[in-house]
Amino acid sequence: MFILKPKRNFRIPIETECITCDVFSEKSLEQIKPLLIWEGNKQRKLDELFEVEHINKTEDDEILIKISGDLSKVKKIGHEMTCGKIIIEGNAGSHLGENMRGGSIIVRGDAGSWLGSSIKGGRIEIMGNAGDYVASPYRGSSEGMRGGEIIIHGNAGNEAGNFMRGGFMRIEGNVSQFLGIHMRDGTILVDGNSDRRVGAEMVNGRIIVRGYVPEILPTFTIEDIRPSVKIDSEKIDGPFYRFIGDLTENGEGKLYISKISNPHLSFYEEHL
Amino acid sequence: MTLMIKNGLVYDPLNGIDGERVDIFIQDGKIVDKVDERKAKTIDASEMVVMPGGVDIHTHIAGAEVNNARLLRPEDHFRDVEAKTNITRSGVGHSVPSTFITGYRYTRMGYTTAITPSMPPLLARHTHEELDDTPILDKAAFPLLGDSWFVLEHLRDNMIEECAAFVAWMMRATKGYAVKLVNPGGLEAWGFGGNVRNIDDQVPYFNITPREIIRGLCKVNQILHLPHSIHIHTNNLGKPGNYVTALETMKCVEDLAAGDKPIIHVTHCQFSSFKGHDWRTLESGAEEITRYVNRHSHVSLDMGQVVFTDTTTMTADGPFQYILHQLSGNKWVNGDVETETSAGIVPFTYHRKSYVHAVQWSIGLELALLIDDPWKVFLTTDHPNAAPFTTYPRIISWLMSKAARDRTMKRINKRARSKSLLGSISREYSFYEIATVTRAGQARVLGLKDKGHLGVGADADISIYNFNPEKVDPSGKFITLRKAFEDAAYTIKDGQIVAKDGEVVKSVNGKTFWVNPEVSQNLTKSVTDLKERFQEYYTVQFENYPIPESHLAYPSSIQVKAEV
Repeated sequence: MFILKPKRNFRIPIETECITCDVFSEKSLEQIKPLLIWEGNKQRKLDELFEVEHINKTEDDEILIKISGDLSKVKKIGHEMTCGKIIIEGNAGSHLGENMRGGSIIVRGDAGSWLGSSIKGGRIEIMGNAGDYVASPYRGSSEGMRGGEIIIHGNAGNEAGNFMRGGFMRIEGNVSQFLGIHMRDGTILVDGNSDRRVGAEMVNGRIIVRGYVPEILPTFTIEDIRPSVKIDSEKIDGPFYRFIGDLTENGEGKLYISKISNPHLSFYEEHL
Repeated sequence: MTLMIKNGLVYDPLNGIDGERVDIFIQDGKIVDKVDERKAKTIDASEMVVMPGGVDIHTHIAGAEVNNARLLRPEDHFRDVEAKTNITRSGVGHSVPSTFITGYRYTRMGYTTAITPSMPPLLARHTHEELDDTPILDKAAFPLLGDSWFVLEHLRDNMIEECAAFVAWMMRATKGYAVKLVNPGGLEAWGFGGNVRNIDDQVPYFNITPREIIRGLCKVNQILHLPHSIHIHTNNLGKPGNYVTALETMKCVEDLAAGDKPIIHVTHCQFSSFKGHDWRTLESGAEEITRYVNRHSHVSLDMGQVVFTDTTTMTADGPFQYILHQLSGNKWVNGDVETETSAGIVPFTYHRKSYVHAVQWSIGLELALLIDDPWKVFLTTDHPNAAPFTTYPRIISWLMSKAARDRTMKRINKRARSKSLLGSISREYSFYEIATVTRAGQARVLGLKDKGHLGVGADADISIYNFNPEKVDPSGKFITLRKAFEDAAYTIKDGQIVAKDGEVVKSVNGKTFWVNPEVSQNLTKSVTDLKERFQEYYTVQFENYPIPESHLAYPSSIQVKAEV
C-alpha cells in the first residue's frame, strides 16, 4: 500500500497523471518519488509536493493508493487507470479518473468537475458532492462514458452524463440542469431532485429521477405510467411517468419521472 | 549552400530517370550540373531513394473552412499535441493541424509543395495570412469561381472574353493560382436551400446550367493560358449513382481539348465514383471512370483516398455537407460567403466495418490501379476529407504492395470485400510510378515548371528516403516501406536541409505562387464597370477588395499573357 500526503496547501492547480495504480504497481518507492508532475507551469517531482510512503501490507491482492489531505487543486488522479484501488481521504480535484478503464476510486469528501470524464470501465464512488460535467467527454468530443459505474452520494452539477454511451451512474442527492444531455445509451438514476432540461437532445438510454423535476422539455412525449423500473437486478419502486424523446433528434431515450414527487406533471395523464 | 547527393537511386520521371545512380548537385537553391566538390557538403545516399520534393495538388491546409474546423473541433487538438523545440513551434491537431505543424508534418514526409484548393475570394486575405504562417512549404491557393455571381452572369450572357477579364482580375485580386469549381451552380442553389441534380439542371434565377458554367470557365482558362487546368469538384458529389455525373462532366469539355494537355482536373474522384441507387446498393463506379480516363487525354484526376480514421470533412459544397451531417448526426458548421460560395464542415469517422466506407476505400485504390497512365491520377486524400495527409505513406504502401492491400482487405466489411475489384488487381506501383503520382505528375498538371523534377535549373526541393529497392522488396516489406515514407531521411527545400531522419532541423519560409494574367486594356475596363455591383452586393468596396502583393510575406508571381 502506498500512502501519499500533500506537504503543503496547494494554491495553484497540480496535474498528476502519474498517480494511478498502473504506474505505481510497476515501480519501487525509489522510482515513484521522482515521477514528474506539473504545478502550474512548473514541472516538479512527486516527492517535492507529496510525502510518499510504502507499507507492505497486502490485505488483498489489490494495489492500494491512499491519499489523505485536501486535494481539491489536484487534477487527473487515476488517469487511464485499469486496475487497483485509490482511496482519497478528503476532497479531490477535477478530472478524477479521466479515461479510466478498470479498478476503483473512492473519495471520502467532494470531487471536482469532469469526474470520470469519458470513463470506460471501473468504479468511482464519491461520498460528498461532485462538480459539473460528471462523466462528460472533453469539450467538443462526443465520446462520453462507455462503461463502468459512478456513484455519488451527494449532489452533482450541470450536464452530468453528457454524451453518455453506456454504464451506470447513480446520484443520491440533487442534480443541476441538463442531466444526461446528448445521451446515447446507459442508465442514470437520481434519487434526489433535478433541475430543468433533463435529457435534452438525448437519443437513447434511460434517466430515472425519483425526486422533483420542475418541467419536462416540450420535445418529450408521454408514453405510459410504469409501476417500477428494473436496473440490472435492482427494482426501483415508482410509479413513474415514462417519457420518450428527445424528438428533435428522433430520439428513443426514456425518462422515468416519479409520479408521487411531481403532482404538477399530472396533466400529462390526459394524453395517455 | 552547396550540396552534393551522391550514389542515390534517383527517380525523376519528368527527366525519364528510373532508378539510376545519378549524383545531384545543388547551388543557391537550384539544381546545377556541377559544383566545386571540395567546398560542397556531401550527402551519401547509397542505400537510399532520391526523388523530387513531394507536391500535393489538393489539400485543405489554410483558409476560412480550415479555421472554422479548428474552432469546431477542440477534441481534435486535444488528441494530438506537439511541443515546441529549439527549431520548431508548438501546435496541435490530428485532422486539422495548426499552420506551423502542417508545414513540419509535410516536411517530415518529404513534401515541399502544397496547394490549398478552396479559397472563397472574399476571404483570400485570411487564407494568405495562414499560408504565410505555414513554414517550409511552397504554396498556392485556388479561388472558388464556379458560383460567383459575376461569372454566372457573364456566362449566361455568353460574354466569355469579359468573363476572362473578370477571372484575370480575380486571380490578381485574390492572388490565386487556378480556377476552382465546386458543385458548379449547386452552391448558388444552396443559397435557396436547393441543389442541382445533374449538369443540365437550371440554376435558380440565373437561367444557366452547370454544363455551361464548366464549359465557359474551361474556355476562359484556355484564353487566359493559366498554368493549371480548371479544377473541379463535381456536381452530386458523395451521392450514390454520381459516377454518371462525373463522366458527363469529363465529356462536356471533350471537344475543347487541344493536344495532350489536360484541360480538366476532376478532384477527389473517389467521392464522384459511386454506382448504385442508394447507400445499400452502393457499388464502385471506378471501372467506368477509369475506362473513360484511359481513352482520353484531356482529363486528370486525384484519388481522394479514404483511410479508416477519425477526420474532419470540409468542402465548399454546402448541400453535400448537409447530407453528411444528416447521415452521421455529427455537429456541423454551415457557411455562406455572400455572392461567391458556401461551405460546410462535419467531423467524420471512417469505419472499417461499415459497408459504405469500405467501398469508398476500395474505390480510391481501384481508380489509381486501373488507370494505366500514372500521369493522369495523383495521390491525395483531399486532406482532411477522406483522411489527414499524414496517411500518405500508408496509401503509398497500398499502391506498391498487393500484400498490404490484402492485409487491410481481410479486416474490412465482408460484403464490401466480396464486391471489391481490388482482389483481382495484381498491379503494384514501382518507385518510378510513385514518384509520378506524388510529385512529377502533380507538378506538370499544375504547370509548376521548376517543381517535381531534378533537372538542371529546377528548384532544389528533394526528398531522400531510407529504403533500398535493390536489396529490399517493397511489396513484401511494406511496413518498412511505409516507415521510410513517414520519416524522410532528408528533406531539402531550396537547397537547404530542412528535415533529417523524420525530424525538422531547420525552418525556412516557403513561397506563395500566384498567377498574374495580362489582358487587353479595353477588357480591363469591363471589370472596373463592376464597381456599382460591388456597392450593391458586397460588404467591401471594389477598391478594398484586392490584396496588394505586399500583403503576402513571400509572393512569387507567374506572368501569363492572355489571348484577349
